[in-house]
Amino acid sequence: MIGRRTLFVALFVSALSLALFATSNGAWLANVPPHDRERVNPFRDQPDAVAAGRRIFVDHCAHCHGTDAEGTKKRPSLKSARVQQEATDGDLHWLLVNGNRGQGMPSWIKLGDPQIWQVICYVKSLH
Amino acid sequence: MSSLRISRTFLCAVYAALLLAAVVLPSYVVSSAQEYPYFVTYSQEMEEPGNLDIELFNVVGSPPGGDSFIGSDVEFEYGLKGWWTTEFYLDGQATQNQSTIFTGFRWENRFRPLSREHWINPVLYAEFEDTSADKTIREVVGHDGRPDFLVPNWLARMDKEREIELKLILGSNTHGWNISENFIAEKNLAGDPWEFGYALGVSRPLQLAARAGECAFCPEKFQAGMEMYGGLGDANGFGLHLTSQYLGPTVNWTAPNGMTLAFSPQFGLNSYSIPVLYRFSVSYEIQQFFSHFRRSDQ
Repeated sequence: MIGRRTLFVALFVSALSLALFATSNGAWLANVPPHDRERVNPFRDQPDAVAAGRRIFVDHCAHCHGTDAEGTKKRPSLKSARVQQEATDGDLHWLLVNGNRGQGMPSWIKLGDPQIWQVICYVKSLH
Repeated sequence: MSSLRISRTFLCAVYAALLLAAVVLPSYVVSSAQEYPYFVTYSQEMEEPGNLDIELFNVVGSPPGGDSFIGSDVEFEYGLKGWWTTEFYLDGQATQNQSTIFTGFRWENRFRPLSREHWINPVLYAEFEDTSADKTIREVVGHDGRPDFLVPNWLARMDKEREIELKLILGSNTHGWNISENFIAEKNLAGDPWEFGYALGVSRPLQLAARAGECAFCPEKFQAGMEMYGGLGDANGFGLHLTSQYLGPTVNWTAPNGMTLAFSPQFGLNSYSIPVLYRFSVSYEIQQFFSHFRRSDQ
């Protein structure tokens, strides 16, 4: 009986760990609806968007993701291949609007669409 | 009169301390909170996990036939999880020709059941408060109104109010606008009937896109809107009869170092309300509060 319970706990912990690893490892990307993924950043070609995005980043994002977006002990780098290559602007917009609350990433919808797109311009400029 | 002088001195000292802290604290400690300019209405926004928001709210009123007052509370808002925010308030008030008193405390928790953003985002709110002679007017329920502010402090303090308060908060963000609605139910544990109220808020930054250069007074640093709230009677008589109702514009400004100042004149819409309330607040947010107490590895 004890053995079965131990096995159950071990399986549960393993499943939970896998789930946490999966979500922290970018599983959110799989949740982005196609029409959101394909959204085009309206600020992409605006010369000031990167500088404006950096200002917003420093105000709101740098404490978790690092001043230069290199990540911190608990929060991921935004210079990773996942962010820079796998994720489209639309993916990142979806993430910033919806957050990933289970992983501690809040929604930033309060910034409004223009500032969210500007931050994405800055983040994508870091590749 | 001396009591009012004491309260002024006390408030000036608190404000000076807050302003000094906001100026002295390095910019990496304080973030630009970008809050909505509401005083009574709750939005669907939760505090970011690990962040501590400290706010000082004030309301000044002068009820006809009574003494002018200032109600103040200090709020400590902490993001426990992305879906759970907890807040603790300490309340006080000063009434001209009467006294300056500590009126009690409140502890509230907000829970966001849906993880993603939807057209309407619900948040569940539960609060316990233990107050007496409270004049902060952080919500209006039941038949709260002008007559309550005519009761002298020494008498009002005898009436201990231990209450639970539940709110359904609904919030939407669209095209830069935030629209928030609160439905309030409050119960005095001493046995009074459930009392009801509401609050509505709508606001928008003056400009949505950020500028490339640093600026203190550029339009995106300001948010403006309107707020309306009032009582809806109680379980024995639901409706607007003998309730107070308020409406007013509201604006806030986020300073470059993250401190937010807000102001709102709010006007009573009927004779049961105080004609005008002036609300103002100062707040700042400390990012990842507890990380500042940990030893750095570097």
